[in-house]
Amino acid sequence: MDRKLRCQDSGFWGCLAAVTEVLGCIEVTGCCVIEEERRVRANAREYNEKFQYASNCIKTSKYNIVTFLPVNLFEQFQEVANTYFLFLLILQLIPQISSLSWFTTIVPLVLVLTITAVKDATDDYFRHKSDNQVNNRQSQVLIGGVLRQEQWMNVRVGDIIKLENNQFVAADLLLLSSSEPHGLCYIETAELDGETNMKVRQAIPVTAELGDTSQLACFDGEVICEPPNNKLDKFGGTLYWKDNKYPLSNQNMLLRGCVLRNTEWCFGLVIFAGPDTKLMQNSGRTKFKRTSIDRLMNTLVLWIFGFLVCMGVILAIGNAIWEHEVGVCFQIYLPWDEGVHSAFFSGFLSFWSYIIILNTVVPISLYVSVEVIRLGHSYFINWDKKMYCAKRRTPAEARTTTLNEELGQVEYIFSDKTGTLTQNIMVFSKCSVNGHSYGDVQDMLGHKAELGERPEPVDFSFNPLADPRFQFWDPSLLEAVKLGDLHVHEFFRLLSLCHTVMSEEKSEGELLYKAQSPDEGALVTAARNFGFVFRSRTPKTITVQELGQAITYQLLAILDFNNIRKRMSVIVRSPEGKIRLYCKGADTILLERLHPLNQELTSITTDHLNEYAGEGLRTLVLAYRDLEESYYKDWSERLHRAGSVPEAREDHLARLYDEVEHDMMLLGATAIEDKLQQGVPETIAILTLANIKIWVLTGDKQETAVNIGYSCKMLTDDMTEVFVVTGHTVLEVREELRKAREKMMDASRSVCNGFSYQEKLSSNLTSVLEAIAGEYALVINGHSLAHALEADMEVEFLETACACKAVICCRVTPLQKAQVVELVKKYKKAVTLAIGDGANDVSMIKTAHIGVGISGQEGIQAVLASDYSFSQFKFLQRLLLVHGRWSYLRMCKFLCYFFYKNFAFTMVHFWFGFFCGFSAQTVYDQYFITLYNIVYTSLPVLAMGVFDQDVPEQRSMEYPKLYEPGQLNLLFNKREFFICIAQGIYTSILMFFIPYGVFADATRDDGAQLADYQSFAVTVATSLVIVVSVQIGLDTGFWTAINHFFIWGSLAAYFTILFTMHSDGLFRMFPNQFRFVGNAQNTLAQPTVWLTIALTAVVCIVPVVAFRFLKLDLKPELSDTVRYTQLVRKKQKTQHRCMRHAGRAGSRRSGYAFSHQEGFGELIMSGKNMRLSSLALSSFAPRPSASWIDTLRKKKGGEGSSAGSPSGAADKTLRV
Amino acid sequence: HSQSFTLTIDYTGTEPSSPCNKCLNVSWDSTPPCTCTINFTLEHAFESNVFMYYGLSNFYQNHRRYVKSRDDSQLNGDNSSLLNPSKECEPYRTNEDKPIAPCGAIANSMFNDTLELYRIDNDTRTPITLIKKGIAWWTDKNVKFRNPTGDGNNLTALFQGTTKPVNWPKPVYMLDSEPDNNGFINEDFIVWMRTAALPTFRKLYRLIERKNNFQPTLQAGKYSLDIAYNYPVHSFDGRKRMILSTISWMGGKNPFLGIAYITVGSICFFLGVVLLFIHHKYGNRNTSADIPN
Repeated sequence: MDRKLRCQDSGFWGCLAAVTEVLGCIEVTGCCVIEEERRVRANAREYNEKFQYASNCIKTSKYNIVTFLPVNLFEQFQEVANTYFLFLLILQLIPQISSLSWFTTIVPLVLVLTITAVKDATDDYFRHKSDNQVNNRQSQVLIGGVLRQEQWMNVRVGDIIKLENNQFVAADLLLLSSSEPHGLCYIETAELDGETNMKVRQAIPVTAELGDTSQLACFDGEVICEPPNNKLDKFGGTLYWKDNKYPLSNQNMLLRGCVLRNTEWCFGLVIFAGPDTKLMQNSGRTKFKRTSIDRLMNTLVLWIFGFLVCMGVILAIGNAIWEHEVGVCFQIYLPWDEGVHSAFFSGFLSFWSYIIILNTVVPISLYVSVEVIRLGHSYFINWDKKMYCAKRRTPAEARTTTLNEELGQVEYIFSDKTGTLTQNIMVFSKCSVNGHSYGDVQDMLGHKAELGERPEPVDFSFNPLADPRFQFWDPSLLEAVKLGDLHVHEFFRLLSLCHTVMSEEKSEGELLYKAQSPDEGALVTAARNFGFVFRSRTPKTITVQELGQAITYQLLAILDFNNIRKRMSVIVRSPEGKIRLYCKGADTILLERLHPLNQELTSITTDHLNEYAGEGLRTLVLAYRDLEESYYKDWSERLHRAGSVPEAREDHLARLYDEVEHDMMLLGATAIEDKLQQGVPETIAILTLANIKIWVLTGDKQETAVNIGYSCKMLTDDMTEVFVVTGHTVLEVREELRKAREKMMDASRSVCNGFSYQEKLSSNLTSVLEAIAGEYALVINGHSLAHALEADMEVEFLETACACKAVICCRVTPLQKAQVVELVKKYKKAVTLAIGDGANDVSMIKTAHIGVGISGQEGIQAVLASDYSFSQFKFLQRLLLVHGRWSYLRMCKFLCYFFYKNFAFTMVHFWFGFFCGFSAQTVYDQYFITLYNIVYTSLPVLAMGVFDQDVPEQRSMEYPKLYEPGQLNLLFNKREFFICIAQGIYTSILMFFIPYGVFADATRDDGAQLADYQSFAVTVATSLVIVVSVQIGLDTGFWTAINHFFIWGSLAAYFTILFTMHSDGLFRMFPNQFRFVGNAQNTLAQPTVWLTIALTAVVCIVPVVAFRFLKLDLKPELSDTVRYTQLVRKKQKTQHRCMRHAGRAGSRRSGYAFSHQEGFGELIMSGKNMRLSSLALSSFAPRPSASWIDTLRKKKGGEGSSAGSPSGAADKTLRV
Repeated sequence: HSQSFTLTIDYTGTEPSSPCNKCLNVSWDSTPPCTCTINFTLEHAFESNVFMYYGLSNFYQNHRRYVKSRDDSQLNGDNSSLLNPSKECEPYRTNEDKPIAPCGAIANSMFNDTLELYRIDNDTRTPITLIKKGIAWWTDKNVKFRNPTGDGNNLTALFQGTTKPVNWPKPVYMLDSEPDNNGFINEDFIVWMRTAALPTFRKLYRLIERKNNFQPTLQAGKYSLDIAYNYPVHSFDGRKRMILSTISWMGGKNPFLGIAYITVGSICFFLGVVLLFIHHKYGNRNTSADIPN
């Protein structure tokens, strides 16, 4: 219901721009019944309206013009602090209680409220803007048989809309028909789940025929389906049409957030709209994020409030006793106020009076100052040139300004893979052909050289069809091709034949490959550049331009890829009539299936594979087998038969495939680099050293994810074991997790023998697991994760995972990502950071304490949901170790000092209470009280909070261990708070009692009394300002000109204002407001006063200095040591510490690189998708002007043949 | 003569033996005033100028309600405030529908004992000249406190329409005979109005100037203090004192400051030695070798 109401009043900002657009959004009604099933009838708005489904308008903003003020104020007064100050203000207006003028509270309060309101308004304005932008996207809606342009927000459930190629899907649609045969349509779901490969969706056959608008306008089928949910891969429903029932599945759905690809157009029926769409359901709720320091601060403010009440009670009791014992007799000189008839009542009033004057222990400027400091830190992030990506022209951006110090406390990083760790670019990097490894750059030194260091790339200009973007650095491979090395030829022939890539030729020689996975694209492109150009395919043929000569192979069979086989093969007949099977697949699988003759070659190739794998490359082994004509005939007959038997078809096929993929001859191996973002392994290494645990959560396949884990050094071969959890049932998963834990504990038991771990285990599972020896990693699959995240297993899972050094979750849904983050948040009390680039990361980004979006790429959803954004993963290191660490340090120092100075300031009143009859008389002038927090002490501490640093930035990168205090929350916690408070109280005691002792019977040098109230006030105030200024000087670790300016400026301001306030002029104008006239010059001219101030300052500061000195000597912090070393180093010569580069490891693991899914082979062989080739072209040339395509289409239409001929025609065209 | 001497005489009269015991329960409006004489001996001569103070104890001039109970505008000679004093002065704002000048509890409770000092030399009482001007701050006398302005200098006329504070025997324009020490600018009044920070305080009462360079201001010997005892303090256990004191460059005698400086100085020195020792022994421990990585 809440969800349904959300749209109700949105878009008022937008009304300024376009009123009509707004109206669309308002028309949503509140439905109070939880939807159990959804009924949607096509083309029947009236019918669908009675269900009151959400419209397609989304709203992420909070306020509109009318509601802003009340709602925002209401929200602000939910802040304990603000309410507290409002309450104080009311108290101050009661004359019997008022111990301070009302302006001491209202000025800061209004200031605080205004600043916050302006900030909220700005934020919301941008949300409105982005909402409007999305809501006003255009789509074509079929209304009354005519296609009309409508804004997205005006799309209703039950509408039929038309999508065109490369358009975003506006809502969750049931695919009705498309331009492709069989109602096929291709979508990219990157925004939704992060997978970049294309997916196929198919309309159900009855609707697939509804090709034109008139037919669709008459369509009145009714869909009954599940209510809105967040499961991206499931959909269940039924279409009722013409008295028939048709089951619907996810295969028929186009989800909002997808992009239509390679399909000229398609029609869909809107099932879920706006907030009901699976995308929005997956986004999670926007929660206002608070830092742990915020929460701690709120707790502390409550405690201080409690403390305040205690002081008030003590002083009130004191007052009651005093009035009873002394005051009652003193009435001859000071009668009780009207209405006060008993000491008790006087005590009661005095309680409130004291609450007012002691309120400065909870300083209102605290919250403003914290905001200002955070804002400053955010600007440092925004302005950081070292986090600016010149290539994409995107600077880092702190989108949320309230989380900075939390960046210094991160313990868990949850990272997306594609687009975050990797660039999602596959590069053919190395290969091994017939025992010879190609691809090493000659002068490469140990690690991957930067582009500048590389020699010239190989020149492919001999090949007119070469892809200019392809680069390869080893010229020997091309030489081998040119010299006619048969193995190399066969190697590339395989790559050009054995795949499911579709090719387009926009114009002669301009080939475009549409690969299902980027790996395949990379391999086929490599073959293309080396002279084996895959040009076109038909269901039965593949045409390859081999070194300039077009050769058409007959495609006999595609033995498609699947997860179990981990390989794919094609069987082709060459023009000479020879039948050959080409196979590529995972090394583990393929090497077992080689002919015994290959033994020697296998061992060399294995060495190469290990080498590649050690570099984190995705490897594939290539092999071929010559087939006898008779054998093939027999096999293909059996295959045909097996294919026609419906039951156990898969098994039969698998067995047949297995049989033919045997005794193969090894050709070599390829190594594809899944290009990491720059600096990813280094960043991960440094973050790991900083004790940050990194979990990779990806929608990608396990193999791919693990591979990346290795290449970015999260997983290493030094690891004791990598546990893989892939169980499909609860029991399996539990068992696998248990085994993993047992193994880890066994290992540690063997390390520390003689210790009864079982006992410990029963008492505390966590501690044992946290103390395990050895490095482990956990890889868990999405379906296993679903079980592991269930309530009864989540703790078990978490313990296991946290004991591992690295965790990789693959095939996870966006919501699962969020659940994992939530799980860690719930049990670990640690700060989590999620980083990602796609819409599928949004929920995770929103859930984590800190969300980071990778900007500068196509999708902006992640960035919009994020708190920080930048364009490279490697900047995370700087964000955390430099900015985060500093922010945390600064915030902690700031808070410590802030509480200290306010306690020192306020507690003086408490001590004075014992000497003024507990009458709530302030020690200071009321102007001093008003200005102390705003003027005299605010700027120096702000400067420290904004600019302070303990060690320079290079050092914090160099010594990641410096990050640890933040994680352990050492710099500001309850203990530190009490120390600050104690210091403040100590200062306040001295601040009161030293002047008290001196003034008790001191006289001025002209004989007059010194101990008058006003002189006392000035003395205490001056020594307070001096002491807190000296203290901030001690606390400041990094002096900038601004620090100097603020500290000296504050002192100067204090004296200037003091003398001004005490000047004759002001007094003459307002005698009752400026009663301290002449006080400053009279008091501060007394040597006794200055001796008192000096004494107070020394006694307050010396213990602090001594304590710090001792700490530095006896128990230095790491940062102290680093700072000291730096001083020493400045004298000596700078020594560079180099990051240790991990050496190449020699493990062997499967690297079947395909990230695509099965089923495309079948699609190709059936020819179903053959129009793809022509249509996909239109995606690159939106106005189909290329004449040969038209020819092709006409021919196809004319001949009426299904598949063979158009391709033939295409061949012809190409050869001309 | 940087040495400062102080002599304090408590004349509250709580002890039955005290000559002022008879005045203990005096009230504000007792006429004629109760007088008493206290004899005392100066052991040392007071060489330089001597300052005479009255001291009160347990008197809460720093009580919030007391402190605020004044109208500085009125005291500054503002005519409208004179006739319409600030609400802060309640309950001493008006009396019998006439505005009180000066209003408020502070003014109302002004100290009004009269102290006189005699040197007793062979049974002859020589009065010692007590100077009553120059005891207030210059700014107070010249800026903060001013008599109402109007036609002529007749204070009685200027204070027309106001009434005296309840406790006072006579109105404010009759505090002194000299015009520049009368009304709001009466220095005794000004000194009283500068409220004390602590419940035990002393206020400058009179000056005794050194006459010539050959004689100390007050010779050692016998003296007597004559008190017109008007100011009741017994009801709230207050004490009254008369203090004679000389001062040095930094004011009167102040043992606290001296002791504090000596103590703090020695502690700092000791601390410095200890820290130096510790630093020498442990201080060079932090080297780069300690940095874990």
